[in-house]
Amino acid sequence: MTLLAVERIKLFSTRSPWWCMALALGLMVGFAGLVSASASNPGQVSVPVSQFGFSFALAVILVLATLSVTTEYRFNTIKTTFQAVPSRTSALLAKTIVVAFTAGVLGLVAAFGSLGIASLIQPNADMALNSEADWRQIAGTGLVTLFAAVVAVSVGILIRQTAGAVSILLAYSLVAENLVQLIPSVGADIHKWLPFNVAYRFLTGNPERAVDFQGPGSSTSTLPPWAALAYFAGFSVVMLVIAIVVAKRRDA
Amino acid sequence: MIEARGLTKRYGKTLAVNDLSFTVQPGRVTGFLGPNGAGKSTTMRMMLGLDNPTAGVALIDGKHYRELHHPLRQIGALLDAKWVHPNRSAYAHLRWMAVSNKIPTRRVDEVLDLVGLTAVAKKRAGGFSLGMSQRLGIAGALLGDPGILLFDEPVNGLDPEGILWIRKFMHRLADEGRTVLVSSHLLSEMSLTAQELVVIGRGRLIAQRSTEDFIHAATENTVKVRSPQVSKLRDALAGTNAAMRDDADALIVSGVDAAQIGEIAAANQVVLHELSPQRGSLEEAFMQLTGDSVEYRTELAESVDQMVDVNR
Repeated sequence: MTLLAVERIKLFSTRSPWWCMALALGLMVGFAGLVSASASNPGQVSVPVSQFGFSFALAVILVLATLSVTTEYRFNTIKTTFQAVPSRTSALLAKTIVVAFTAGVLGLVAAFGSLGIASLIQPNADMALNSEADWRQIAGTGLVTLFAAVVAVSVGILIRQTAGAVSILLAYSLVAENLVQLIPSVGADIHKWLPFNVAYRFLTGNPERAVDFQGPGSSTSTLPPWAALAYFAGFSVVMLVIAIVVAKRRDA
Repeated sequence: MIEARGLTKRYGKTLAVNDLSFTVQPGRVTGFLGPNGAGKSTTMRMMLGLDNPTAGVALIDGKHYRELHHPLRQIGALLDAKWVHPNRSAYAHLRWMAVSNKIPTRRVDEVLDLVGLTAVAKKRAGGFSLGMSQRLGIAGALLGDPGILLFDEPVNGLDPEGILWIRKFMHRLADEGRTVLVSSHLLSEMSLTAQELVVIGRGRLIAQRSTEDFIHAATENTVKVRSPQVSKLRDALAGTNAAMRDDADALIVSGVDAAQIGEIAAANQVVLHELSPQRGSLEEAFMQLTGDSVEYRTELAESVDQMVDVNR
C-alpha cells in the first residue's frame, strides 16, 4: 500500500498526466458529440457509434502510461526510486498498478461520458444499455485501457526513452497490426491473434451484430469476447514480466 | 560503516572499477579522491545497489543494499543534484521519498528548513539554480536521518559561499558520529573537507590513509641550494640528517630547513648563491600519485607533469 501511495504521488505531482487525461477524455467525448450532432436522424446513433473516438483516447492513454515510466528514466528519478525501494519488482509493480488503475478509470469515465453526450444530443436515439454486448462495449472500455496501460508501462521500462517507446506503441497499435493483413495468405490469420485486434473483439464482439458492425473498433478476431479479454490481459502480463526481469538485470 | 570488498565493474572491454577494497569509518569525513573517470561514481552507484558489480560486494553496515528494509533511513546519498523531475515541486519530490520509507511527512519540512529551501518548497524543481538543486539533493539525503551519507562531487559548480556551506555541513554530520563519504577530483578541496582519504585511479585503490599523512608524505618540503662550493657544502651537510640530491646545477636538500643550511654554510665558510625553500603543492602530489592512472591523458597533462618534474 505504501508503494502505491508513492507512485500515486509521483504520477499526479507532475503536469503531463493531467494533460493526457484531459486530452483522452476530450477526444473521446468530443468525437461522440461530433458524430451524434452530424447524424441526420436518431437511428444513425447507437451505443457503438457513441464510442467512435475510443481508438484516439486509447492512443493518448498509451502515451500517458509510457510517459509515467520514460520520464523517470529521462530525469533519472528511477535511480532515486530504486534507491528508496531496492526491490525493483515491488517498485515497478506498484507503478504498473497505479498507472493501470488510473487508465482503467479514465477509460470508463470516457466511455460513459461519450454515451452521455451522445444521448444528450440525440435524445431520441436508442442509447439504452439493454444487452450484455452493450454493457461490455461501454463498461468494458475500462478493462481494455487498464491492460493496454500495462503493455505501455512494460514497453516504457524496456525502451526507457519517451520518443522510442511512444512511437513503437502508437505505430504498432494504430498501424502495424492492420498492415499485417497485407501479408499474402498468412497475414489475415496472424492478424486475428494480434493483441490490440483481439482487445477490440472484447469491446465490439457481438454474435448478433458482428456482421453489420464496421468502422473503428471492428475486429477480425473470432474468439468469444471474454476469452479475447483474457488473451489481451495475458499478453500484457507477459510483457510486464519480461520488462521487470530485464529491469532487474540492467543497471539502473 | 561502508565496506567495499573486491568491487569490480566492467563495461564491455573497459574495467571501470578494478578489485577495489576499502572501508569507510563513522565519525569523520572520508574523501573519495581520484581524477575524472577513475570510477568514483560507478563505485558509489554499486554501493547503492543501482549498478550490479561484475565481481565483489559493497556492504552497508554489513548488509547488501537490497537487503536494507528502509534504506533511506540508513544511508542517504546525493549522486546527482539533477535527479529530480523538473516539473515536480521540491516538496512533492521529498514527500514521495518520505512516504516510500515510512518517514513522517513533517520531516520533509524539517529538512527543507535545514537546507534553507522552505520558501521555494512548492516551486518546480526545474527552475532551481545549481546551488538550490544541490541543497534539495542534500535534503533528500538527510530525509531519513541516516547514519551513512554519500555525496558525489557535491561542490562541483558551486560558488564559494555554497562550497563553504557544504564543507561545514559535512563536518557537522561527521561530528554527529555519521559515516560520510565525499567524492572529489580536487585534492585541495579534500584537504579542507576530509580527515581520511581513499585515493583511486583507473578503478584501482592507490592509497587509504589520513589526509594529514597523505599530504605530508606526498609533499616533501625541500630547500634548493646553489653554491660554487657544492662539494664542500655536501660534506658539511653529511653530518646532519639531511638528504640530498642533484638537480641541474643545484642541490635539493630535505630533512633540514633553510635556516639550518644557512648556518651550516656560514660555519663552514661556504658561499651560497641561492637558498630557497621549495614547497610541493597538493596538486603536484596528487598528479604524482595518480599520474599513471588518468584515463583521458592529454598532451597538456603530460607537459604539466614535465613542469612538475623540472620544479622538483
